[in-house]
Amino acid sequence: MNHLQKSANNGVNVDALLGARAALTQTPEAARFTWRATSEWMNGTHSRTTVAGFHGLGAEQMHRQTFRFDVDHPEIFASEDNGATPVEYVLVGLAGCLSAGIAAVAQNRNIQLRSVKATLEGGMDVQGILGIDEKVRNGFDGIKVHYDIDADATAEQIAALVAQSQKRSAVFDVITNPTDVHVTVSKV
Amino acid sequence: MPARPASRAAAVDVVVVGGGHCGLAMSQALSRRAVDHVVIERGDVGQAWRTERWNSLRLLTPNWMTRLPGQAYDGDDADGYMGAADVVAFLSGYADKFAAPVHTHTTVLHVAPAQGGYRVVTDRGEWHCRAVVLASGAFGLPVVPRVADAIPAGVQQVTAQAYRHPGQLREGGVLVVGASATGVQLAHEIHHSGRPVTLAVGEHVRLPRTYRGRDVQWWMLASGVLDQRIDEVDDAARARRVPSPQLVGTRERATLDLNALRRDGVSVVGRLMGVRDGKAQFSGSLRNVCALADLKMNRLLDRFDDWARCNGIDAEQPPERPAPTEVDAPPTLGMELGRDIRTVVWATGFRPDHSWLDLPQAFDRHGALLHDRGVVAPGLVVLGLPFLRRRKSSFIHGAEDDVRELAAHLVEHLDRTARRGVSLSIAAA
Repeated sequence: MNHLQKSANNGVNVDALLGARAALTQTPEAARFTWRATSEWMNGTHSRTTVAGFHGLGAEQMHRQTFRFDVDHPEIFASEDNGATPVEYVLVGLAGCLSAGIAAVAQNRNIQLRSVKATLEGGMDVQGILGIDEKVRNGFDGIKVHYDIDADATAEQIAALVAQSQKRSAVFDVITNPTDVHVTVSKV
Repeated sequence: MPARPASRAAAVDVVVVGGGHCGLAMSQALSRRAVDHVVIERGDVGQAWRTERWNSLRLLTPNWMTRLPGQAYDGDDADGYMGAADVVAFLSGYADKFAAPVHTHTTVLHVAPAQGGYRVVTDRGEWHCRAVVLASGAFGLPVVPRVADAIPAGVQQVTAQAYRHPGQLREGGVLVVGASATGVQLAHEIHHSGRPVTLAVGEHVRLPRTYRGRDVQWWMLASGVLDQRIDEVDDAARARRVPSPQLVGTRERATLDLNALRRDGVSVVGRLMGVRDGKAQFSGSLRNVCALADLKMNRLLDRFDDWARCNGIDAEQPPERPAPTEVDAPPTLGMELGRDIRTVVWATGFRPDHSWLDLPQAFDRHGALLHDRGVVAPGLVVLGLPFLRRRKSSFIHGAEDDVRELAAHLVEHLDRTARRGVSLSIAAA
């Protein structure tokens, strides 16, 4: 790709990403990251999750600031609606991951993006979480993502950006493939 | 033919390990250059084609493409596809034609660097040589993913290497894992035996058998795609991992893509990701891997059309695009092993077996052989691996160019070491 004249600017430092890829190929242990969040119950169905530090490149790392996320449920669930629901945060994560991927792939392919808008829908039958019907799963029965993209590229090239972004997306992988989840508890 | 080694190591300039198409092509090139060499073959010429292929297998390339240095196809079915027995006959005829110095029924046990070159230990004696050619094939060992360990004991498991025909499998549902040429061919054949087949599909390469009235391999060859060199691609490691395309060689020149399999009644699901509580879990990424394959196929067909236009090629038919791959909505995400699935067939790829090569620095941390366009170490070259030097390197017709260049490399190595006065015939005497 480097032989192409670079003219697109989507604000993604692809050279840095490619440099990291090359470096981490040589030092696979530095490629092991641990992402963390801490959460504290506030009241009712309201909790607050905090994200600040993570581990990667062989060292502890910090975000530039601490991010806080209020998580709650809407009033029709007799809750106070202090924040988005947990399942909506799943959509937040998926949208953020796919859109970041689209920007990075577009930059690497020298495609100028002008507008990238996503609409996400997760369908759910709440008979599952309410324990009404054991045959209904708790989680989404499907997620629909639609992208509207304005870019200097053909429809096929834009479709290829979105496909490649899914191929390399962590959240897409977490959602589409099984993940071992290990929950422990201590009495304090 | 050189004398068989006795109790002491016998000396020869080059030992070629493997009497398949690559080893024989190299032997022909070395013979033409009057290089003293032997070919060590564990069985008979073309052994893997005799013993490690399913009964119905045919080459992915048409007969007119099947050629080796100094031997082209001369039968009367140029557009047909050879079966394994035809390949054996083709290779045996080739070996006879130039009297290849093949030591059959001789298994290489150990290859290691030694004074002035290499020591090759076989079950029928030792050789001391100045150069070694690894030509034992790219597909010696089946690759089975770790999830196989979680398959319940009551479910039969068969690798594509052990599979011969559907009669080997239990009655009942069969899960074929992997959608390369092997996976789609086995899924099709097993489904037609009356066993309901589910095909688990990860990233794959979709191709129509014919395009604009010609075999797709004709387009690949003519447009230069097959001659593309490894140093011309952006990501060599990825290019070498690309699975074989979804092709089958039949008299009807039928396309065998996922749409064709679905029409036949094969159930197409996502990649097999895990087993939990006896249930196989399939990835929800099926739509995307199909979209990726469709986009990639269409880019290749665009390239063929551009090439035809630029070169004034008058194809029989106008450009066309196969229908997009259809996926069940919603796709199946899980199946009961044991009840829905009585047998799992692993069509999850192959890797070469170089376990007898005692040269730790020649392997990466995953155990894959490291090489620069076929050169592993001074006087040690490998042949026939996917995209070794060119996209066609692992095909029979792909051996010719690689062998010509690597034979020249070996001759230069032999000349250089001879000038340095490293003479093995003395060292080994």
